[in-house]
Amino acid sequence: MDGAITAPEVEVTESEEIASTERPLTRVPLVLNRRSYGWITERITGAVENRAPRWWWVAFAVTAAIAGFGLFCLGYQISTGVGTWGLNHPVGWAWDITNFVFWIGIGHAGTLISAILYLLRQKWRTSINRSAEAMTLFAVICAAIFPGIHVGRVWMAWYLAPLPNNYGIWPNFRSPLMWDVFAVSTYFTVSVLFWYTGLIPDLATLRDRATSKIKKFLYGIFAVGWRGANRHWRHYEMAYLLLAGISTPLVLSVHSVVSFDFATSILPTWHTTIFPPYFVAGAIFGGFAMVLTLMLPARALFKLHDIITLQHIDKMAKIILLTGSIVSYAYAMEFFMAWYSGNQYERFAFWNRVLGPYWWYWWVGMLFCNCLSPQLFWFRWCRRNVLVVYFVSMCVNAGMWFERFIIIVGGLHRDFLPSSWGLFIPTWVDIWTFIGTHGIFLSLFLLFIRFLPMIAMSEVKIVLPQSDVHRHDPITVGEKEHA
Amino acid sequence: MRTPSGHRVYAIAAEYSSAEELYEAAKRVRDAGFKRWDVFSPFPIHGMDEAMGLGKSWLSAVVLAGGITGLLTAITVEFGPSWLLYPVIVHGKPFNWATVPAFFPIMFELTVLFSAFAAFFANLIMNGLPRWHHPMFNWDRFARATNDGFFLAIEARDPRFSEIETHDLLLETGGLHITIVHEED
Repeated sequence: MDGAITAPEVEVTESEEIASTERPLTRVPLVLNRRSYGWITERITGAVENRAPRWWWVAFAVTAAIAGFGLFCLGYQISTGVGTWGLNHPVGWAWDITNFVFWIGIGHAGTLISAILYLLRQKWRTSINRSAEAMTLFAVICAAIFPGIHVGRVWMAWYLAPLPNNYGIWPNFRSPLMWDVFAVSTYFTVSVLFWYTGLIPDLATLRDRATSKIKKFLYGIFAVGWRGANRHWRHYEMAYLLLAGISTPLVLSVHSVVSFDFATSILPTWHTTIFPPYFVAGAIFGGFAMVLTLMLPARALFKLHDIITLQHIDKMAKIILLTGSIVSYAYAMEFFMAWYSGNQYERFAFWNRVLGPYWWYWWVGMLFCNCLSPQLFWFRWCRRNVLVVYFVSMCVNAGMWFERFIIIVGGLHRDFLPSSWGLFIPTWVDIWTFIGTHGIFLSLFLLFIRFLPMIAMSEVKIVLPQSDVHRHDPITVGEKEHA
Repeated sequence: MRTPSGHRVYAIAAEYSSAEELYEAAKRVRDAGFKRWDVFSPFPIHGMDEAMGLGKSWLSAVVLAGGITGLLTAITVEFGPSWLLYPVIVHGKPFNWATVPAFFPIMFELTVLFSAFAAFFANLIMNGLPRWHHPMFNWDRFARATNDGFFLAIEARDPRFSEIETHDLLLETGGLHITIVHEED
């Protein structure tokens, strides 16, 4: 239909791809094997239209069971009280806020891919933006659980809203916790709007291919009557560009505001000006690791190797290396400032981080997982080896959780007065609530890949060479010159 | 306009075999002076707005208005209670201009929130969506417009529309499967 040669089902090996990149002036295509529009539609809608594979049912059963037990723990905590968690004096924030910062940080990679890389014209984002944005939404849902229930009496959560209480007193709009409420709820809402706007053309594809009346009806409703008219694309592209434009400062603001929760206090290790950029870099770092954690299995299971190529993995690995190095620099700078400030409490807090009761969290989590493991990505072989990439991603996932634990509990458990020192010991409810949010996150992601196109078809089609009506195709130019 | 069998005519439409052919055809149709016509493709084609003679989308103006509304809302919601309805001194932060920056984060967030709603709803409303049905869906080949098909339709209500000449124009530009699309099923 589109004049492109559709190659047979072969997987390009790594050496072939490297060979093609070594030819100068030739750009490796973003979609391999000169796939046609129809192939892309078939391959991506296939994950939705075909019968669910057996692994999907097994995975969904396991994650849904874990999610169910997590919800039971939440119910137990709400009905019994916040004492079911290990929180006590002096550690009043522990796994709950660690998990909140962990999950909200993961979301940031999705918005970085969908918004910032769009503004930077990074066309490779089209293969991963849809699922990364879905990951953002599910991570923010998991994040929102914790501040909602850690207040203890959840039925008083409306105190967070800008409403006067029964004495006519309004919330304090100058409080970082209030900023956080606005930042996180705005972030979730804008992410949903952006994600849904991008989904509309692909929902129309599913509607037009639907075989049963129920599917046609449901996809038809959510596709809002989209018909691919250029008079619509004109406004759509402007809306998409502007949503990307406003999401860019938004995503940078969200984790900055999260860091203000800590930075505006006077606790040693929290009271620092480095926190906003340090938190934002850490969020993108941890988020890209989670994108890879989800996309590498999805790529293999749904045979998406031509759409999510080694080139994409290589680029994501480079972003992990970059943000991981920024985070390492921030860690080093914290130590330097503790020494340079001459403040004995600050100096003690950092010695305590390395040699105190939580020493191994720092050595394993921050030093090995966050600082050292991404350094493997200086090597091209490591960036293009799926197993190495997966190993580093898992290290970063764990390391970023440890980092938040060290910042929060490490800052709280030994403050100014040795008489008020203490330790935090999690209860089974703490542990299972956290594991339960992984179940919620993965269950939602599995449902997403079953019912919605996990790759933005209309956007991947734009980067195909046959979509360029102006005929400046760098691939064919290169091929002619080096034939 | 009606067909001999009594159907109301919505448009004459053609399919093209590639994005490039559709792009070239759009330039011909634009130069022929048509106003009520459209092209349909599975993805936005770069440069098609110029090829159709369309200017820049003014959706951005709606988003600007949304952003200003959000900022004003935040100013009202924050300063109203904090300075007028029930001033409370927290953390010893006084009420003077030096503490105004502490109100900025929420102003920023609401500006973003209202801009995003403006972009989302303006996109739908300016495109006349959601709508349940459209005459183009009566053409069975048109289901490929969201997969790999490229279509062009000239509406019957265009003043330059003529059943024979419009058909010939589409034929000259390389249109395939040229057909009359009915208003109703």
